Amino acid sequence: MQTLKLYGLYLFCLLIRPEAAFCQDATDLVQKVKAKLDQVNDYQADGTMKTNVSFLKVPQAQVKVYFRKPDNFRIRNDQGISLVPKGAVSISLNNLMKGRFTALDMGTETADGQKVRVIKLLPADDNGEIVLSTLYVDEGRLLILKARTTTRESGTYEVDMYYGKYAAYALPDRIVFTFNTKDYKLPKGITFDYDDGSRKNTENKVAETKGRVEIIYHDYLINKGVPDALFH
Amino acid sequence: MWILLQIELFKIFRRPRTYISFAAIASMILIIQLGLKFDGKSYLQLLMSGISDSFYVPYELILNGYLVAFVILNTLLIHVPLLVALVAGDMVAGEANMGTLRLLVTRPVSRTRLMLAKFTASVIYTVMLLVWMAFLALLLSMLFFGTNDMIIARNDVMEQIGRNDILWRYFAAFGYAAVALSTVAALAFLLSVFAENSIGPIVSTISIVIVLTILSEMKIPLYDNTVKPYLFTSHMLAWKGFFYSKASGDGQAIPGSVENLPAILRSLAVLLSYIALFVTTAIVVFRKKDILS
Repeated sequence: MQTLKLYGLYLFCLLIRPEAAFCQDATDLVQKVKAKLDQVNDYQADGTMKTNVSFLKVPQAQVKVYFRKPDNFRIRNDQGISLVPKGAVSISLNNLMKGRFTALDMGTETADGQKVRVIKLLPADDNGEIVLSTLYVDEGRLLILKARTTTRESGTYEVDMYYGKYAAYALPDRIVFTFNTKDYKLPKGITFDYDDGSRKNTENKVAETKGRVEIIYHDYLINKGVPDALFH
Repeated sequence: MWILLQIELFKIFRRPRTYISFAAIASMILIIQLGLKFDGKSYLQLLMSGISDSFYVPYELILNGYLVAFVILNTLLIHVPLLVALVAGDMVAGEANMGTLRLLVTRPVSRTRLMLAKFTASVIYTVMLLVWMAFLALLLSMLFFGTNDMIIARNDVMEQIGRNDILWRYFAAFGYAAVALSTVAALAFLLSVFAENSIGPIVSTISIVIVLTILSEMKIPLYDNTVKPYLFTSHMLAWKGFFYSKASGDGQAIPGSVENLPAILRSLAVLLSYIALFVTTAIVVFRKKDILS
Protein backbone atom coordinates (compact mmCIF):
# COMPACT_ATOMS: atom_id res chain seq x y z
CA MET A 1 0.00 0.00 0.00
CA GLN A 2 2.79 2.37 0.99
CA THR A 3 4.75 1.52 -2.16
CA LEU A 4 1.71 2.13 -4.29
CA LYS A 5 1.14 5.49 -2.60
CA LEU A 6 4.74 6.55 -3.17
CA TYR A 7 4.65 5.40 -6.77
CA GLY A 8 1.48 7.44 -7.37
CA LEU A 9 3.04 10.49 -5.78
CA TYR A 10 6.18 10.01 -7.87
CA LEU A 11 4.16 9.91 -11.09
CA PHE A 12 2.24 12.97 -10.00
CA CYS A 13 5.52 14.79 -9.36
CA LEU A 14 6.75 13.83 -12.80
CA LEU A 15 3.66 15.22 -14.42
CA ILE A 16 3.66 18.58 -12.70
CA ARG A 17 7.40 19.04 -12.15
CA PRO A 18 9.76 17.18 -14.40
CA GLU A 19 12.66 18.07 -12.14
CA ALA A 20 11.10 15.84 -9.51
CA ALA A 21 12.53 12.97 -11.48
CA PHE A 22 15.68 13.75 -9.58
CA CYS A 23 14.37 12.29 -6.37
CA GLN A 24 17.77 10.75 -5.84
CA ASP A 25 19.24 14.27 -5.76
CA ALA A 26 16.76 15.18 -3.11
CA THR A 27 17.73 12.14 -1.07
CA ASP A 28 21.40 13.05 -1.44
CA LEU A 29 20.73 16.57 -0.31
CA VAL A 30 18.73 15.37 2.69
CA GLN A 31 21.50 12.93 3.57
CA LYS A 32 24.06 15.74 3.46
CA VAL A 33 21.87 17.93 5.65
CA LYS A 34 21.35 15.00 7.99
CA ALA A 35 25.09 14.36 8.12
CA LYS A 36 25.58 17.97 9.15
CA LEU A 37 22.94 17.64 11.84
CA ASP A 38 24.51 14.38 12.95
CA GLN A 39 27.65 16.21 14.05
CA VAL A 40 25.68 17.14 17.11
CA ASN A 41 25.13 14.26 19.49
CA ASP A 42 23.68 16.44 22.18
CA TYR A 43 23.40 20.05 23.18
CA GLN A 44 22.06 22.29 25.85
CA ALA A 45 21.28 25.90 25.24
CA ASP A 46 20.03 28.91 27.19
CA GLY A 47 17.23 30.72 25.51
CA THR A 48 14.56 33.36 25.80
CA MET A 49 11.12 32.05 25.00
CA LYS A 50 8.30 34.29 23.83
CA THR A 51 4.80 32.87 23.54
CA ASN A 52 2.25 34.59 21.36
CA VAL A 53 -1.10 32.84 21.54
CA SER A 54 -4.38 34.76 21.47
CA PHE A 55 -5.71 33.18 24.68
CA LEU A 56 -2.46 33.14 26.67
CA LYS A 57 -0.90 36.07 28.45
CA VAL A 58 2.51 34.76 29.40
CA PRO A 59 5.63 36.71 30.30
CA GLN A 60 8.86 36.20 28.42
CA ALA A 61 10.72 33.26 29.98
CA GLN A 62 14.34 32.21 30.34
CA VAL A 63 14.48 28.56 29.33
CA LYS A 64 17.01 25.81 28.84
CA VAL A 65 16.73 23.61 25.78
CA TYR A 66 18.16 20.10 25.88
CA PHE A 67 18.68 17.65 23.03
CA ARG A 68 20.26 14.24 22.91
CA LYS A 69 20.29 11.75 20.08
CA PRO A 70 18.26 10.12 18.79
CA ASP A 71 15.11 12.04 19.70
CA ASN A 72 15.31 13.34 23.25
CA PHE A 73 14.25 16.96 23.34
CA ARG A 74 13.13 19.07 26.27
CA ILE A 75 12.43 22.71 27.00
CA ARG A 76 12.72 23.50 30.72
CA ASN A 77 12.08 26.61 32.72
CA ASP A 78 13.91 26.23 36.02
CA GLN A 79 12.78 29.64 37.29
CA GLY A 80 9.10 29.19 36.62
CA ILE A 81 6.54 27.55 34.39
CA SER A 82 6.60 27.40 30.61
CA LEU A 83 3.72 26.02 28.62
CA VAL A 84 5.35 24.16 25.76
CA PRO A 85 3.23 23.50 22.67
CA LYS A 86 2.66 19.90 21.71
CA GLY A 87 4.71 19.14 18.64
CA ALA A 88 7.54 21.36 19.85
CA VAL A 89 9.68 18.27 19.51
CA SER A 90 9.77 19.05 15.78
CA ILE A 91 11.87 22.10 16.67
CA SER A 92 14.62 19.54 16.76
CA LEU A 93 15.17 18.74 13.09
CA ASN A 94 16.77 15.40 13.87
CA ASN A 95 13.31 14.18 14.77
CA LEU A 96 12.01 14.91 11.30
CA MET A 97 14.69 12.84 9.65
CA LYS A 98 14.78 9.83 11.89
CA GLY A 99 13.73 6.45 10.51
CA ARG A 100 13.30 5.60 6.84
CA PHE A 101 11.72 8.09 4.50
CA THR A 102 11.39 8.99 0.85
CA ALA A 103 12.59 12.43 -0.24
CA LEU A 104 10.92 14.20 -3.14
CA ASP A 105 12.36 17.25 -4.81
CA MET A 106 9.66 19.87 -5.28
CA GLY A 107 11.87 22.43 -6.99
CA THR A 108 12.99 25.78 -5.68
CA GLU A 109 11.26 28.64 -3.93
CA THR A 110 12.26 31.83 -2.23
CA ALA A 111 12.19 31.94 1.55
CA ASP A 112 13.26 35.04 3.45
CA GLY A 113 14.61 36.52 0.19
CA GLN A 114 16.76 33.50 -0.36
CA LYS A 115 16.51 30.74 -2.96
CA VAL A 116 15.82 27.43 -1.27
CA ARG A 117 15.17 23.88 -2.41
CA VAL A 118 11.85 22.43 -1.34
CA ILE A 119 11.93 18.79 -0.34
CA LYS A 120 9.06 16.68 0.85
CA LEU A 121 9.81 13.82 3.22
CA LEU A 122 7.44 10.90 3.30
CA PRO A 123 8.06 8.61 6.26
CA ALA A 124 8.10 4.92 5.39
CA ASP A 125 6.23 4.09 8.60
CA ASP A 126 2.51 4.21 7.84
CA ASN A 127 1.60 4.40 11.51
CA GLY A 128 4.06 7.07 12.64
CA GLU A 129 2.90 10.38 14.07
CA ILE A 130 4.48 12.41 11.26
CA VAL A 131 2.57 12.11 7.98
CA LEU A 132 4.55 14.53 5.83
CA SER A 133 7.37 17.04 6.26
CA THR A 134 8.33 19.80 3.87
CA LEU A 135 11.85 21.17 4.20
CA TYR A 136 13.12 24.41 2.70
CA VAL A 137 16.84 23.84 2.36
CA ASP A 138 19.63 26.33 1.73
CA GLU A 139 21.71 24.10 -0.54
CA GLY A 140 24.87 26.18 -0.28
CA ARG A 141 25.10 26.07 3.50
CA LEU A 142 23.21 22.76 3.91
CA LEU A 143 20.81 24.35 6.36
CA ILE A 144 17.08 23.90 6.78
CA LEU A 145 15.54 27.36 6.89
CA LYS A 146 12.00 26.24 7.31
CA ALA A 147 10.18 22.99 8.03
CA ARG A 148 6.48 22.28 7.83
CA THR A 149 5.30 19.08 9.49
CA THR A 150 1.88 17.51 9.20
CA THR A 151 1.07 15.13 12.03
CA ARG A 152 -1.60 12.52 12.45
CA GLU A 153 -3.01 13.82 15.74
CA SER A 154 -2.00 17.43 16.22
CA GLY A 155 -2.32 19.21 12.91
CA THR A 156 0.45 21.08 11.11
CA TYR A 157 3.50 22.77 12.62
CA GLU A 158 5.91 25.19 11.03
CA VAL A 159 9.40 26.00 12.22
CA ASP A 160 11.38 28.93 10.82
CA MET A 161 15.05 28.92 11.62
CA TYR A 162 17.52 31.78 11.58
CA TYR A 163 21.18 30.92 11.75
CA GLY A 164 24.19 32.79 13.06
CA LYS A 165 27.33 31.72 14.83
CA TYR A 166 26.32 28.06 15.23
CA ALA A 167 25.45 27.55 11.56
CA ALA A 168 28.41 25.17 11.21
CA TYR A 169 26.54 22.76 13.50
CA ALA A 170 23.18 23.49 11.82
CA LEU A 171 21.95 24.95 15.11
CA PRO A 172 19.84 28.09 14.82
CA ASP A 173 20.20 31.33 16.81
CA ARG A 174 16.48 31.89 16.67
CA ILE A 175 13.51 29.74 15.84
CA VAL A 176 9.87 30.62 15.35
CA PHE A 177 7.49 27.74 15.92
CA THR A 178 3.97 28.18 14.54
CA PHE A 179 1.19 25.77 15.47
CA ASN A 180 -2.57 25.36 15.37
CA THR A 181 -4.58 26.19 18.46
CA LYS A 182 -8.12 25.41 19.43
CA ASP A 183 -10.57 28.00 20.68
CA TYR A 184 -10.40 28.60 24.43
CA LYS A 185 -13.44 29.55 26.46
CA LEU A 186 -14.49 28.86 30.06
CA PRO A 187 -17.99 29.53 31.46
CA LYS A 188 -18.19 32.73 33.51
CA GLY A 189 -19.86 30.72 36.26
CA ILE A 190 -16.53 28.97 36.82
CA THR A 191 -14.17 31.91 36.56
CA PHE A 192 -16.23 34.75 38.14
CA ASP A 193 -14.21 37.28 36.16
CA TYR A 194 -14.05 40.93 37.04
CA ASP A 195 -15.73 42.70 34.16
CA ASP A 196 -14.13 46.14 33.83
CA GLY A 197 -16.02 46.85 30.62
CA SER A 198 -12.89 46.95 28.46
CA ARG A 199 -13.22 43.51 26.90
CA LYS A 200 -16.72 43.89 25.41
CA ASN A 201 -15.36 44.66 21.95
CA THR A 202 -13.24 41.55 21.86
CA GLU A 203 -16.04 39.13 22.54
CA ASN A 204 -17.19 38.82 18.94
CA LYS A 205 -13.66 38.77 17.57
CA VAL A 206 -12.86 35.75 15.42
CA ALA A 207 -10.55 33.53 17.45
CA GLU A 208 -6.95 33.32 16.25
CA THR A 209 -6.23 29.75 15.31
CA LYS A 210 -2.43 30.04 15.07
CA GLY A 211 -0.03 30.29 17.95
CA ARG A 212 3.65 31.27 17.85
CA VAL A 213 6.52 30.43 20.11
CA GLU A 214 9.85 32.10 19.52
CA ILE A 215 13.08 30.96 21.13
CA ILE A 216 16.18 33.11 20.94
CA TYR A 217 19.22 31.05 21.83
CA HIS A 218 22.04 32.75 23.72
CA ASP A 219 24.50 29.95 24.14
CA TYR A 220 25.00 26.39 23.09
CA LEU A 221 27.01 23.71 24.82
CA ILE A 222 27.53 21.14 22.09
CA ASN A 223 28.54 17.50 22.55
CA LYS A 224 29.33 17.91 26.23
CA GLY A 225 26.79 15.31 27.35
CA VAL A 226 23.32 15.83 28.74
CA PRO A 227 22.21 13.75 31.75
CA ASP A 228 19.33 11.37 31.26
CA ALA A 229 17.41 12.85 34.19
CA LEU A 230 16.85 16.09 32.32
CA PHE A 231 14.53 14.39 29.86
CA HIS A 232 12.20 12.97 32.51
CA MET B 1 -13.52 58.16 70.39
CA TRP B 2 -10.74 55.70 71.15
CA ILE B 3 -12.45 54.56 74.35
CA LEU B 4 -15.76 54.21 72.50
CA LEU B 5 -14.02 52.11 69.90
CA GLN B 6 -12.39 49.93 72.55
CA ILE B 7 -15.77 49.36 74.17
CA GLU B 8 -17.35 48.39 70.84
CA LEU B 9 -14.47 46.05 70.03
CA PHE B 10 -14.77 44.51 73.48
CA LYS B 11 -18.47 43.90 72.84
CA ILE B 12 -17.75 42.25 69.48
CA PHE B 13 -14.96 39.98 70.65
CA ARG B 14 -16.66 39.08 73.92
CA ARG B 15 -19.42 37.25 72.05
CA PRO B 16 -18.64 33.62 71.24
CA ARG B 17 -20.49 33.86 67.90
CA THR B 18 -17.88 36.32 66.64
CA TYR B 19 -15.43 33.46 66.57
CA ILE B 20 -17.77 31.27 64.55
CA SER B 21 -16.72 33.28 61.46
CA PHE B 22 -13.03 32.69 62.16
CA ALA B 23 -13.65 28.99 62.73
CA ALA B 24 -15.82 28.76 59.60
CA ILE B 25 -13.14 30.40 57.47
CA ALA B 26 -10.41 28.18 58.91
CA SER B 27 -12.39 25.01 58.27
CA MET B 28 -13.39 26.03 54.73
CA ILE B 29 -9.82 26.90 53.83
CA LEU B 30 -8.42 23.69 55.28
CA ILE B 31 -11.06 21.64 53.45
CA ILE B 32 -10.17 23.30 50.14
CA GLN B 33 -6.43 22.89 50.77
CA LEU B 34 -6.86 19.24 51.66
CA GLY B 35 -9.02 18.60 48.60
CA LEU B 36 -6.52 20.27 46.29
CA LYS B 37 -3.59 18.50 47.92
CA PHE B 38 -5.07 15.10 47.14
CA ASP B 39 -7.04 15.76 43.97
CA GLY B 40 -5.85 19.12 42.68
CA LYS B 41 -4.92 17.64 39.34
CA SER B 42 -8.56 16.82 38.51
CA TYR B 43 -9.53 20.39 39.31
CA LEU B 44 -6.72 21.74 37.15
CA GLN B 45 -7.61 19.40 34.30
CA LEU B 46 -11.06 20.96 34.27
CA LEU B 47 -9.63 24.49 34.26
CA MET B 48 -6.96 23.72 31.68
CA SER B 49 -9.12 21.59 29.40
CA GLY B 50 -9.15 24.38 26.83
CA ILE B 51 -5.38 24.41 26.41
CA SER B 52 -4.34 20.85 27.20
CA ASP B 53 -4.96 19.83 23.57
CA SER B 54 -2.37 22.30 22.32
CA PHE B 55 0.14 22.42 25.20
CA TYR B 56 1.94 20.16 27.62
CA VAL B 57 0.51 21.29 30.94
CA PRO B 58 2.82 20.78 33.96
CA TYR B 59 0.00 20.30 36.49
CA GLU B 60 2.36 19.56 39.38
CA LEU B 61 4.06 22.97 38.94
CA ILE B 62 0.85 24.90 38.33
CA LEU B 63 -0.71 23.56 41.52
CA ASN B 64 1.29 25.77 43.88
CA GLY B 65 0.55 27.90 46.93
CA TYR B 66 -0.18 31.06 44.97
CA LEU B 67 -2.79 29.35 42.80
CA VAL B 68 -4.36 27.58 45.78
CA ALA B 69 -4.67 30.93 47.59
CA PHE B 70 -6.32 32.42 44.49
CA VAL B 71 -8.79 29.53 44.28
CA ILE B 72 -9.61 29.96 47.97
CA LEU B 73 -10.18 33.69 47.64
CA ASN B 74 -12.26 33.12 44.53
CA THR B 75 -14.48 30.76 46.47
CA LEU B 76 -14.58 32.50 49.82
CA LEU B 77 -14.86 36.15 48.93
CA ILE B 78 -18.35 35.37 47.68
CA HIS B 79 -19.29 33.88 51.04
CA VAL B 80 -17.40 36.07 53.49
CA PRO B 81 -19.91 38.94 53.12
CA LEU B 82 -22.36 36.67 54.91
CA LEU B 83 -19.97 36.38 57.86
CA VAL B 84 -19.40 40.13 57.88
CA ALA B 85 -23.17 40.73 57.98
CA LEU B 86 -23.40 38.56 61.09
CA VAL B 87 -21.51 41.12 63.14
CA ALA B 88 -22.28 44.41 61.38
CA GLY B 89 -26.00 43.68 61.28
CA ASP B 90 -25.95 43.20 65.04
CA MET B 91 -24.19 46.45 65.90
CA VAL B 92 -27.28 48.57 66.59
CA ALA B 93 -30.15 46.09 66.33
CA GLY B 94 -28.44 43.74 68.81
CA GLU B 95 -28.33 46.52 71.41
CA ALA B 96 -31.98 47.35 70.70
CA ASN B 97 -32.88 43.72 71.16
CA MET B 98 -31.05 43.48 74.50
CA GLY B 99 -32.51 46.78 75.67
CA THR B 100 -29.13 48.43 76.12
CA LEU B 101 -29.51 50.94 73.28
CA ARG B 102 -31.57 53.39 75.32
CA LEU B 103 -29.02 53.24 78.12
CA LEU B 104 -26.22 53.72 75.65
CA VAL B 105 -27.60 56.92 74.15
CA THR B 106 -28.23 58.43 77.57
CA ARG B 107 -24.43 58.60 77.97
CA PRO B 108 -22.84 62.00 77.26
CA VAL B 109 -21.55 60.94 73.86
CA SER B 110 -22.93 62.25 70.60
CA ARG B 111 -24.90 59.77 68.54
CA THR B 112 -22.69 60.48 65.53
CA ARG B 113 -19.55 59.51 67.43
CA LEU B 114 -21.26 56.47 68.83
CA MET B 115 -22.27 55.35 65.32
CA LEU B 116 -18.82 56.07 63.92
CA ALA B 117 -17.26 54.01 66.69
CA LYS B 118 -19.65 51.15 66.02
CA PHE B 119 -18.98 51.21 62.29
CA THR B 120 -15.21 51.45 62.80
CA ALA B 121 -15.40 48.43 65.10
CA SER B 122 -17.26 46.52 62.34
CA VAL B 123 -14.56 47.47 59.84
CA ILE B 124 -11.82 46.34 62.24
CA TYR B 125 -13.60 43.01 62.66
CA THR B 126 -13.87 42.72 58.85
CA VAL B 127 -10.17 43.49 58.39
CA MET B 128 -9.23 40.95 61.07
CA LEU B 129 -11.33 38.35 59.30
CA LEU B 130 -9.47 39.15 56.08
CA VAL B 131 -6.06 39.02 57.75
CA TRP B 132 -7.01 35.62 59.18
CA MET B 133 -8.06 34.54 55.72
CA ALA B 134 -4.86 35.88 54.16
CA PHE B 135 -2.76 34.07 56.73
CA LEU B 136 -4.48 30.74 56.18
CA ALA B 137 -5.10 31.01 52.43
CA LEU B 138 -1.78 32.48 51.38
CA LEU B 139 0.84 31.60 53.97
CA LEU B 140 -0.39 28.10 54.74
CA SER B 141 -0.85 27.33 51.05
CA MET B 142 2.67 28.59 50.29
CA LEU B 143 3.92 26.31 53.05
CA PHE B 144 1.94 23.23 51.95
CA PHE B 145 2.16 23.62 48.17
CA GLY B 146 5.36 25.62 47.63
CA THR B 147 5.62 28.57 45.26
CA ASN B 148 6.00 29.01 41.53
CA ASP B 149 4.54 31.14 38.76
CA MET B 150 0.79 31.52 38.98
CA ILE B 151 -1.51 30.63 36.10
CA ILE B 152 -5.10 31.73 36.45
CA ALA B 153 -7.98 30.97 34.14
CA ARG B 154 -10.23 33.73 32.94
CA ASN B 155 -13.27 33.39 30.75
CA ASP B 156 -11.35 33.88 27.49
CA VAL B 157 -7.67 34.05 28.39
CA MET B 158 -5.14 32.44 30.72
CA GLU B 159 -2.87 34.74 32.69
CA GLN B 160 0.58 33.75 33.87
CA ILE B 161 2.30 35.83 36.52
CA GLY B 162 5.94 35.37 37.41
CA ARG B 163 6.55 34.19 40.99
CA ASN B 164 8.40 37.42 41.86
CA ASP B 165 5.51 39.49 40.60
CA ILE B 166 2.75 37.96 42.71
CA LEU B 167 2.95 38.97 46.39
CA TRP B 168 2.37 42.69 45.85
CA ARG B 169 -0.74 41.77 43.85
CA TYR B 170 -2.04 39.78 46.82
CA PHE B 171 -1.44 42.70 49.18
CA ALA B 172 -3.29 45.02 46.79
CA ALA B 173 -6.10 42.49 46.37
CA PHE B 174 -6.50 42.04 50.14
CA GLY B 175 -6.53 45.83 50.58
CA TYR B 176 -9.24 46.09 47.96
CA ALA B 177 -11.19 43.19 49.45
CA ALA B 178 -11.15 45.01 52.82
CA VAL B 179 -12.95 47.94 51.18
CA ALA B 180 -15.36 45.61 49.35
CA LEU B 181 -16.29 43.77 52.54
CA SER B 182 -16.57 47.07 54.42
CA THR B 183 -19.27 48.02 51.91
CA VAL B 184 -21.25 44.96 52.97
CA ALA B 185 -20.56 45.87 56.61
CA ALA B 186 -21.86 49.39 55.93
CA LEU B 187 -25.05 48.01 54.35
CA ALA B 188 -25.66 45.65 57.27
CA PHE B 189 -24.90 48.51 59.66
CA LEU B 190 -27.46 50.74 57.92
CA LEU B 191 -30.16 48.08 58.01
CA SER B 192 -29.32 47.44 61.65
CA VAL B 193 -30.50 50.94 62.51
CA PHE B 194 -34.03 50.15 61.33
CA ALA B 195 -34.48 46.90 63.23
CA GLU B 196 -35.17 45.88 66.80
CA ASN B 197 -33.39 42.55 66.54
CA SER B 198 -30.38 41.46 64.53
CA ILE B 199 -31.99 38.66 62.49
CA GLY B 200 -33.75 41.13 60.19
CA PRO B 201 -30.69 43.15 59.11
CA ILE B 202 -28.49 40.05 58.81
CA VAL B 203 -30.97 38.18 56.61
CA SER B 204 -31.78 41.33 54.60
CA THR B 205 -28.09 42.04 53.94
CA ILE B 206 -27.46 38.46 52.87
CA SER B 207 -30.51 38.52 50.59
CA ILE B 208 -29.50 41.84 49.01
CA VAL B 209 -25.92 40.62 48.42
CA ILE B 210 -27.14 37.34 46.88
CA VAL B 211 -29.69 38.99 44.57
CA LEU B 212 -27.29 41.72 43.44
CA THR B 213 -24.44 39.22 42.93
CA ILE B 214 -26.68 37.13 40.68
CA LEU B 215 -27.65 40.28 38.77
CA SER B 216 -23.97 41.28 38.46
CA GLU B 217 -22.93 37.91 37.10
CA MET B 218 -25.80 37.43 34.65
CA LYS B 219 -25.11 38.31 31.04
CA ILE B 220 -28.33 40.07 30.12
CA PRO B 221 -27.84 43.02 27.74
CA LEU B 222 -30.78 44.87 29.28
CA TYR B 223 -28.94 45.12 32.62
CA ASP B 224 -25.35 45.27 31.36
CA ASN B 225 -25.15 49.02 30.84
CA THR B 226 -28.16 50.20 32.77
CA VAL B 227 -28.16 48.48 36.14
CA LYS B 228 -24.90 46.58 36.59
CA PRO B 229 -22.45 49.50 36.67
CA TYR B 230 -24.35 50.94 39.64
CA LEU B 231 -24.51 47.77 41.73
CA PHE B 232 -21.84 47.61 44.41
CA THR B 233 -21.63 43.84 43.89
CA SER B 234 -20.39 44.44 40.31
CA HIS B 235 -17.38 46.23 41.78
CA MET B 236 -16.63 43.84 44.63
CA LEU B 237 -14.78 41.47 42.29
CA ALA B 238 -12.34 44.17 41.16
CA TRP B 239 -9.68 42.72 43.51
CA LYS B 240 -9.12 40.22 40.72
CA GLY B 241 -8.09 43.06 38.42
CA PHE B 242 -4.74 43.17 40.24
CA PHE B 243 -4.00 39.71 38.82
CA TYR B 244 -4.67 40.74 35.21
CA SER B 245 -1.50 41.98 33.48
CA LYS B 246 -1.13 44.21 30.46
CA ALA B 247 0.10 42.57 27.27
CA SER B 248 2.78 43.93 24.96
CA GLY B 249 2.22 44.28 21.22
CA ASP B 250 3.44 40.74 20.59
CA GLY B 251 1.20 39.20 23.26
CA GLN B 252 3.69 38.97 26.16
CA ALA B 253 2.45 39.69 29.68
CA ILE B 254 4.27 42.73 31.07
CA PRO B 255 5.61 41.99 34.59
CA GLY B 256 4.52 44.48 37.24
CA SER B 257 1.67 45.85 35.16
CA VAL B 258 -2.08 45.91 35.78
CA GLU B 259 -4.37 45.55 32.77
CA ASN B 260 -6.87 48.23 33.71
CA LEU B 261 -5.87 50.15 36.84
CA PRO B 262 -8.23 53.10 36.13
CA ALA B 263 -11.19 50.67 36.10
CA ILE B 264 -10.10 49.24 39.47
CA LEU B 265 -9.75 52.71 40.93
CA ARG B 266 -13.17 53.60 39.52
CA SER B 267 -14.63 50.50 41.18
CA LEU B 268 -12.86 51.45 44.41
CA ALA B 269 -14.39 54.93 44.22
CA VAL B 270 -17.85 53.41 43.69
CA LEU B 271 -17.44 51.20 46.77
CA LEU B 272 -16.15 54.08 48.91
CA SER B 273 -19.13 56.15 47.78
CA TYR B 274 -21.49 53.38 48.82
CA ILE B 275 -19.79 53.14 52.21
CA ALA B 276 -20.11 56.90 52.68
CA LEU B 277 -23.77 56.78 51.59
CA PHE B 278 -24.71 53.85 53.83
CA VAL B 279 -22.88 55.14 56.92
CA THR B 280 -24.09 58.73 56.51
CA THR B 281 -27.67 57.53 56.07
CA ALA B 282 -27.30 55.28 59.11
CA ILE B 283 -26.02 58.20 61.20
CA VAL B 284 -28.73 60.61 59.99
CA VAL B 285 -31.48 58.07 60.68
CA PHE B 286 -30.02 57.16 64.07
CA ARG B 287 -29.70 60.79 65.10
CA LYS B 288 -33.39 61.35 64.42
CA LYS B 289 -34.51 58.03 65.77
CA ASP B 290 -36.85 57.91 68.70
CA ILE B 291 -35.38 55.10 70.71
CA LEU B 292 -38.11 53.24 72.54
CA SER B 293 -36.47 49.86 73.07
